Amino acid sequence: MSFLRRYAQNVGALIGLAILVVVVLVALAAPVLYPVSPWQGVGEPLLGPFEDPAYPLGTDLLGRDIAAGIAYGARVSLLIGIISTAVAVVIGVALGALAGFYGGRVDDMLMRFTEFFQTIPAFAMAVVLVAIFSPNITSITLAIAVVSWPPVARLVRGEFLSLRSREFVQAAVVVGQTGPRIMATQILPNAISPIIVTASLMVATAILTESSLSFLGLGDRNMMSWGFMIGAARTMLREAWWLSVFPGVAILVTVLAINLIGEGLNDAMNPHLRGRKG
Amino acid sequence: MKKSSRLIAGLVGLAGLTLAAAAGAQEKPTPGGTLNMIAQPEPPMLMVGLNTQGPTLYVGGQIYQGLLSYGKDLKVLPSLAKAWEVSEDGLTYTFTIQEGVKWHDGKPFSAEDVVFTADKFLREAHPRWRYIANTYIESITSPSPDTVVFKLKRPFSAFLYAFELSSFPVVPKHIYDGADYRTNPANQAPIGTGPFKFKEWKRGSYIHLVKNEDYWKPGMPHLDELYFRIVPDAASRAVAFEKGTVDVLRGGDVEGFEVRRLSKLQGVTTTTDGWEMYSPLVFMQWNMRKAPFDNKLVRKAIMHAIDRDFIVRNVWFGLGKPAVSPFASTTRFFSDDVSTYPFDLAKAKELIAQSGVKPQEHTIRLMPIPYGTQWDRMAEYVKQQLEQLGFKVDIRAVDAGGWSQALSEWDFDITFNFTYQYGDPALGVARHYLSTNIIKGTPFANNEGYQNPAVDELFLKAASAVDEAEAKAAYAEVQKMITDDVALGWLFEQRNVTIMRDKVKNLVRTGIGVNESMDDVWIAK
Repeated sequence: MSFLRRYAQNVGALIGLAILVVVVLVALAAPVLYPVSPWQGVGEPLLGPFEDPAYPLGTDLLGRDIAAGIAYGARVSLLIGIISTAVAVVIGVALGALAGFYGGRVDDMLMRFTEFFQTIPAFAMAVVLVAIFSPNITSITLAIAVVSWPPVARLVRGEFLSLRSREFVQAAVVVGQTGPRIMATQILPNAISPIIVTASLMVATAILTESSLSFLGLGDRNMMSWGFMIGAARTMLREAWWLSVFPGVAILVTVLAINLIGEGLNDAMNPHLRGRKG
Repeated sequence: MKKSSRLIAGLVGLAGLTLAAAAGAQEKPTPGGTLNMIAQPEPPMLMVGLNTQGPTLYVGGQIYQGLLSYGKDLKVLPSLAKAWEVSEDGLTYTFTIQEGVKWHDGKPFSAEDVVFTADKFLREAHPRWRYIANTYIESITSPSPDTVVFKLKRPFSAFLYAFELSSFPVVPKHIYDGADYRTNPANQAPIGTGPFKFKEWKRGSYIHLVKNEDYWKPGMPHLDELYFRIVPDAASRAVAFEKGTVDVLRGGDVEGFEVRRLSKLQGVTTTTDGWEMYSPLVFMQWNMRKAPFDNKLVRKAIMHAIDRDFIVRNVWFGLGKPAVSPFASTTRFFSDDVSTYPFDLAKAKELIAQSGVKPQEHTIRLMPIPYGTQWDRMAEYVKQQLEQLGFKVDIRAVDAGGWSQALSEWDFDITFNFTYQYGDPALGVARHYLSTNIIKGTPFANNEGYQNPAVDELFLKAASAVDEAEAKAAYAEVQKMITDDVALGWLFEQRNVTIMRDKVKNLVRTGIGVNESMDDVWIAK
């Protein structure tokens, strides 16, 4: 069975993918759908949802369109989610691969270094990093990357440890391939499935972390983000529920979709689970 | 009763309740009881002479007292001084102090304490008093145990307004004289003359004050205990009031929209009185040393681009009044014969075109004052309006220390700030416009770098005027000049609302509101 067919057998994964596609499309189309900046007040302040058909999700207390905020927030969430994950995966794979392949002292040093990061609560560290480097989109992305690479490094090290003693790797050594080449061309392709699955889930965590940072007021104050919208409206929950509920639903749905996709990828890529009903 | 005129439109419905509470003041006080309040944020200390932040004054105002107090109409009222006399030439002020006053440690209070406070303690520790003392005061003496005489170098029309709790808290000489003020152990367990004594401060939880049995006003205070609870979260503070854990919410304790909701509850009274002495006025402060703010037309354009009614209505939920002048409309010497800047985007764009400034070439750093979500919303609004003029605006979030530092070191483009008026323009307003006050090290000076010799001269003339009409004319002229120069971007006058349970009587009696000694406050059974 091909990868795609195995993936398609998992209904949840298909739903997740469909939702994510919609979120991505909304994010890409945001400037077309809402040519005015989401920070710009456009309607009457504090319109409830569906009170005015022009602003189906209502407006906030400065008359800003909630729907526009969610569309632009999707850009920020996806951007930060994907870039921070990419950075974290690169760091994690590099360190994990070196540690797992060379073992011994290199492994000890790199793993102690990794544990140093793992012992600090991830979110607390992200808060500290963002606070030190002043909140902007670059510092937030990097802070999330810095706190999320250790599990990747651990995972990759495990994979490399087990794969490096396999016959095909030994064959490559006998043929005379160099260490880096073996790592890149022999071991890594065989370890890629769990990395992809982990990375997909990390995107979801990164979106949540960014939202939490923005909620605490540590977001980029020039970028509309879902966490910011909730944080700004939190105290008004009883007066104007739609200000926080819709961005909250956006976070929930997006994170759920990415988790479903991760699950689907895991099922489709993991040979041990093949045949399990999705 | 001027109350109804002070209430703003959104709160008109509450006027009836307020008047009902005022009628309650005639009843006979019931002794005893505990009043629960909130100290928000938790004050760094309670020693009012060393720290004059809002919560410090609120709690410390029950322990320490000023030499004078001021009515809601800004009339001078007795406090630790029972009488005062000003000489014809405006150069000699003689105060007679109350008899039978004791410090909380049992030592008698005397005129020597007032002399020490004025000449030594506050001159060293209090920036506003230091300025007055060094600029105007010739000598401070105590010819007899119950009189204090201030001799001035030249007349200072605002002098009688400089003796309020936050400007002139009287401190005990026998405790502070000769010792380092800031490290004195008494700062932790303050000793004053007020109606309540310090009992316990459980950090992060509450501050507990108890009745001063030896208080100098006979039969007072009525209450036995005061608790100032520390509740860091705004929503929890609203809940604490609803549940009855606290009886009073001071202006700013809860967010604007909560004020609206809580004031509609059964058995709750609200008032906007008690802020006349301070009359906080909020403004945008820009750095006039830098482009584009060095250009007067740009400043005018920005004023036209900002809808102050919108800010008051939507960001502050009606708890304010758009400002037209650098003087609050609740204070003496206010004049509305000034250059005004009604909201008009087209005009704003036209002025930008005339100014020759290319807005797209400027990225303006907008630094919100970190005092809560309403200030953040206001920053977002100002950003959106400046962007409509074509500027690029970058909001830089900072914490309270960062804000104070950036402003004090003139490292800012535009920010928000507000000023307490302290009853007289010479005390609360002039400091933001005098070119002699372009100083680093404090966020509450002429940080924008405004210089106009004519304005300096008029302020000086008004402050030294012995005749009130002369001062009034000079101040009217000053307001015209400053508004034409657009030295600052005046936004609105804050209306702070005190919310309390009906059973709390007599809480807001003077122009310093809840900072006033609560000796006459009582709780109905």
